[in-house]
Amino acid sequence: MRGLRMRYGDNDVLNGVDFDIHAGEVLCLLGPNGAGKTTTIEILEGFRIRSAGEISILGEDPASAGESWRARTGVVLQSWRDHPRWTPRRLLSQLGAYYEPYSTPEQPRPWAVDDLLEVVGMTDLADRKISTFSGGQRRRLDVAMGIVGRPELLFLDEPTAGFDPQARRDFHHLVHRLSDLESTTILLTTHDLDEAEKLADRVVILAGGRIVADDSAEGLSRRVAGEAEVKWTRDGERFVHAAVDATAFVRNLLAQYGDEVRDLEVRRASLEDAYLTLVQQHESGRAEAAAETFAEVTR
Amino acid sequence: MSITTHAVRIGLRRGRTEFIQSIRSTQDQWFYLFTAVLTLGYLWIRRDADTGIEGLPFAAVALPSLLGALVAFGVIVGPAYALAMEKEDGTLLRHRAVPHGMVGYVSGQLLFQSMSLLPQMVVILVPSFLLFDNLMAHPSGWLTVAWVLVLGMLAAMPIGMTIGALVPGVQKVGSWGMLPVMVLAGISGIFYPVQQLWGWVQVVAQVFPMYWMGLGMRSAFLPEAAASLEIGGSWRTTQTVVVLLTWAVVGALVMPRVLRRMARRQTGSQVEAAREASMQWVK
Repeated sequence: MRGLRMRYGDNDVLNGVDFDIHAGEVLCLLGPNGAGKTTTIEILEGFRIRSAGEISILGEDPASAGESWRARTGVVLQSWRDHPRWTPRRLLSQLGAYYEPYSTPEQPRPWAVDDLLEVVGMTDLADRKISTFSGGQRRRLDVAMGIVGRPELLFLDEPTAGFDPQARRDFHHLVHRLSDLESTTILLTTHDLDEAEKLADRVVILAGGRIVADDSAEGLSRRVAGEAEVKWTRDGERFVHAAVDATAFVRNLLAQYGDEVRDLEVRRASLEDAYLTLVQQHESGRAEAAAETFAEVTR
Repeated sequence: MSITTHAVRIGLRRGRTEFIQSIRSTQDQWFYLFTAVLTLGYLWIRRDADTGIEGLPFAAVALPSLLGALVAFGVIVGPAYALAMEKEDGTLLRHRAVPHGMVGYVSGQLLFQSMSLLPQMVVILVPSFLLFDNLMAHPSGWLTVAWVLVLGMLAAMPIGMTIGALVPGVQKVGSWGMLPVMVLAGISGIFYPVQQLWGWVQVVAQVFPMYWMGLGMRSAFLPEAAASLEIGGSWRTTQTVVVLLTWAVVGALVMPRVLRRMARRQTGSQVEAAREASMQWVK
């Protein structure tokens, strides 16, 4: 994906977003609310037309891709009251049937309904009316509907929004399973750093309509942690210094001033700190500044 | 078998499932009961009204007119509501996300809406025939009922689907779909002969399929002599066929385009926005 842009009137929602996603990878699009995550994923799903840029997913442009491209991708949508009179079994076999013509020996489609129900932990609920489901049960069904065609690439937009901790953990297991056993390529969005660190092979951070970081979760932590904040007082005056090699800096500091240095404090910046600052700045309406700061910290 | 045919078959299966689920649901059963009670009540209260022809009971004239109007109402307002609702709740988006899902969705919707007319007809016709005498002048009239029903559906259902596709939200179906259809029912010779209205209103009424569906139904149920009550003293069968077919052809041309445009515009954030709007009744 190259130079993705999206404009609504005079408002640039996305401003030159570039990233690649590799087969078999779990890529997490992380960013505060309003950063452009949903817009990006909807463009990639082919549901929204972009203003500019080039995209190639599974060899095709999602905006013009045909039905066979649809058959190779899956989208997990958030339901709220659709199909209230249906049961999961009926609905999954109904939707799954559309994939039958796209079945190949290497990639049999669709998923057998009973197996699928087991994977998402809904065997007991298979014949219950969907209208009687709780929020968490509905979301598991959403995932089942998204993967019923055994997609090679799966899109998930804020999949765990509104989950309780148990449901969230179950969902994380499911994503790992899809990625490890089915080698499904997964693109998901979240505003939760913790979730991104748990799930993603690679994290792309989006803020102010552009990408401010693109690395593995460990890589990001390492880069941020590279700098530390050193604070001290001397002659009643406070000093703050950001240092790459904090140990060497402190050694020099003490060698130079010795006993004059008081209240010494060394703090490693964590990825979480950097991300929280980004979110705060973003929410106070300084999206551009937030993006700049973050890009600097993780440089 | 082509992939499109395959999708149509899945869609028809969907339509059947939806129909079975509908007749099993108390909500829908109440709706059928409600229209039946309303129709029969109207026929009963006005049972002694004068029809202008000796020996022709009021119910015999009013029932076919009402049937025509109810069919038109059902296949316009029904799909309009269904589409508007399923645009908002994400049913359509789900179908957009599966290969050829929209083809299946529309096939299912067409079958479901057509099948829904059956219980509607049964709950009105069966008690009517038990309550009133001399409703059907000639048994061969059932044949006419059948073709008027099919042609009427083909003419009116695309209107309903188009309204459903264009309407910006479920709450707007009332003013975009329900209201115009009710006004049309008022001027289409359902409750009183259309000749009692001003000339231009008669012209407007005869542009739309509802008048012709009522007329076709009356031609099926009533004796030949009753044609004298109609415009020009005739059932105008050829004209009925031509008008209804024209609507059907125009509908078949316009509807797929409108539906494609609607499908293209479906996104998750739109569904999300509708969900939030539905929780906010006072704006």
